[in-house]
Amino acid sequence: MSRVTDVFSKGKAFIPFITAGDPHLSVTEELIPAMAKAGADLIEIGIPFSDPVAEGIVIQEADARALLAGTTTDKIFESVKRIRMKTSVPLAFMTYLNPIFVYGSERFIKNAAECGIDALIVPDMPFEEKEELKPYCNQYGIDLISLIAPTSKERIKTIAAEAEAFVYCVSSMGVTGVRKEITTNLGDMISLVKETKNIPCAIGFGISTTEQAAEMSRYADGVIVGSAIVKLAARYGADCIEPICSYVREMKAAIS
Amino acid sequence: MSKGRFGQHGGQFVPETLMNAVEELLEAYEKYSHDEAFLSELQTLHETYTGRPSLLYYAEKMTKDLGGAKIYLKREDLNHTGSHKINNALGQVLLAKKMGKTRVIAETGAGQHGVATATAAALMGMECEIYMGEEDTERQALNVFRMELLGAKVHPVTSGTKTLKDAVNETMREWTNRVEDTHYVLGSVMGPHPFPTIVRDFQSIIGKEVRSQILKAEGKLPDLLIACVGGGSNAMGLFYEFLKESSVKMIGCEAAGHGIDTDQHAATISKGTLGIFHGMKSYFCQDEYGQIAPVYSISAGLDYPGIGPEHANLHDSGRAQYVPVTDNEAVEAFEYLSRVEGIIPAIESSHAIAHARKIAPSMGKDEVIVINLSGRGDKDVAAIARYKGVQIYE
Repeated sequence: MSRVTDVFSKGKAFIPFITAGDPHLSVTEELIPAMAKAGADLIEIGIPFSDPVAEGIVIQEADARALLAGTTTDKIFESVKRIRMKTSVPLAFMTYLNPIFVYGSERFIKNAAECGIDALIVPDMPFEEKEELKPYCNQYGIDLISLIAPTSKERIKTIAAEAEAFVYCVSSMGVTGVRKEITTNLGDMISLVKETKNIPCAIGFGISTTEQAAEMSRYADGVIVGSAIVKLAARYGADCIEPICSYVREMKAAIS
Repeated sequence: MSKGRFGQHGGQFVPETLMNAVEELLEAYEKYSHDEAFLSELQTLHETYTGRPSLLYYAEKMTKDLGGAKIYLKREDLNHTGSHKINNALGQVLLAKKMGKTRVIAETGAGQHGVATATAAALMGMECEIYMGEEDTERQALNVFRMELLGAKVHPVTSGTKTLKDAVNETMREWTNRVEDTHYVLGSVMGPHPFPTIVRDFQSIIGKEVRSQILKAEGKLPDLLIACVGGGSNAMGLFYEFLKESSVKMIGCEAAGHGIDTDQHAATISKGTLGIFHGMKSYFCQDEYGQIAPVYSISAGLDYPGIGPEHANLHDSGRAQYVPVTDNEAVEAFEYLSRVEGIIPAIESSHAIAHARKIAPSMGKDEVIVINLSGRGDKDVAAIARYKGVQIYE
């Protein structure tokens, strides 16, 4: 059992997302161990990309801030090494295929594994293209997370059959960002996954409130929240650690 | 290996939300591209609405002036809406309609693809929204107004570099919002499979016409084809018919802006590296960490940091050659063709004219060059005036 799978064996998981280097990597290095203490079960670290087409405006702007602050893939690896000295919370990288491919897919995944990353989420790499990274993930022991969306329909079973660690269920159409309502029939999506394979399902995209998180945790094994946290980072800058940790505590309580 | 590869390039690198839509599109295209009724409907539209076949014009004065190869211009500028873009827009909007979609969206750089899509949508009674970089809405204000006249809603894109690349990002985002009733009319031979193939096939009418027109005029195939490349749709449309003809050389002209030794260009083959972006593996202008570079060209239509995957493969195999052409050279060619032949070319196409001026003199008088004149220059007149420091009021 990988460290990521283990997360879901202790009850419903709360999975916050932050963009590395927003507003600065020194903040990221403090924020991650602090979020772990506040109750985060798995933390998604976004490697900023110039053109994040699956993201809404909030995360796109965070990526731009991080890049402007001089954040690079190599500097993020160095930060993660230092973070690993402070916390053993499972960590996932979330980034686009191009920053990985151009860095060198094998070099990227080897470095990620060596600095203590457990999983990898790549939103622009669908099932059909996963051979780009899968062999290296297998070789270096990184879980490659599969995504399913409301449009996946017949694809759900195919994807679920080969999924590992957990399935990232995209709650609604469109890009990341806070939504008032989530109308997709998540129960059906998740049942389809579970019929195929007994694997944890975490729901992301659009979740921001404790009410939504509580509702989502009725169907899912975990709840992923990105934009709502990144908004706090944008609002508080270098002082974002306490507001984000208090948000993490509330959300974790709401789903427990 | 995944679907839709051209050598090592191509593929389907899109979010899972869009995968069902690209699969559905592929299925529909496989059906309709072999459907006689569909093809005949499109052909009738081209004959009665687009104005096809477009002329192949022997540029006698240019030929004499340059003193080398015989030069022919494929007049895609004479198409309805003023460029080759209508070939693909009509094809895709008709396909979308057959698929039961009620709304089309598109990105546009210079505005030509937006105008063509808005036109096709008006003709076929579809709702239409166009995404255009804010900077481009300013340098191509006339085309924005034209799209609005045609009933389209134009969204200025304010993210990133505010140009074509960001317009593609926004259109892809919008497609993930409303994939059920909406088709994304991609404007060039790029993006996830099956778009590079669909756009190429709809544009290949250019090369097919050139083949029969040049055989009639010269009794032989051309020796050299020249076209400009941003994403590369007009070039691919010209080249495709001749790929198996080993005697026919082909050159794509990419935008070198202020020069490929500066950081102000959009010369993807000359300066780019292999990457995965906008749904495809291909060459991109980017940094060592895979961050996509801001690119520059005087031409909004060539101002794109990537190139279609089939072109990337033609470059790898050496089947086609790709050369950089600067803003300056393009502006000179723009003025040259206007003065010598009485034809004002689009600033995009002027990149191809500029390269022909360089190499035609060194070729034999029995050799034949066909240049794709992908669009007309009306939209660029004010920009050229500004470039030359002349104030005019539109």
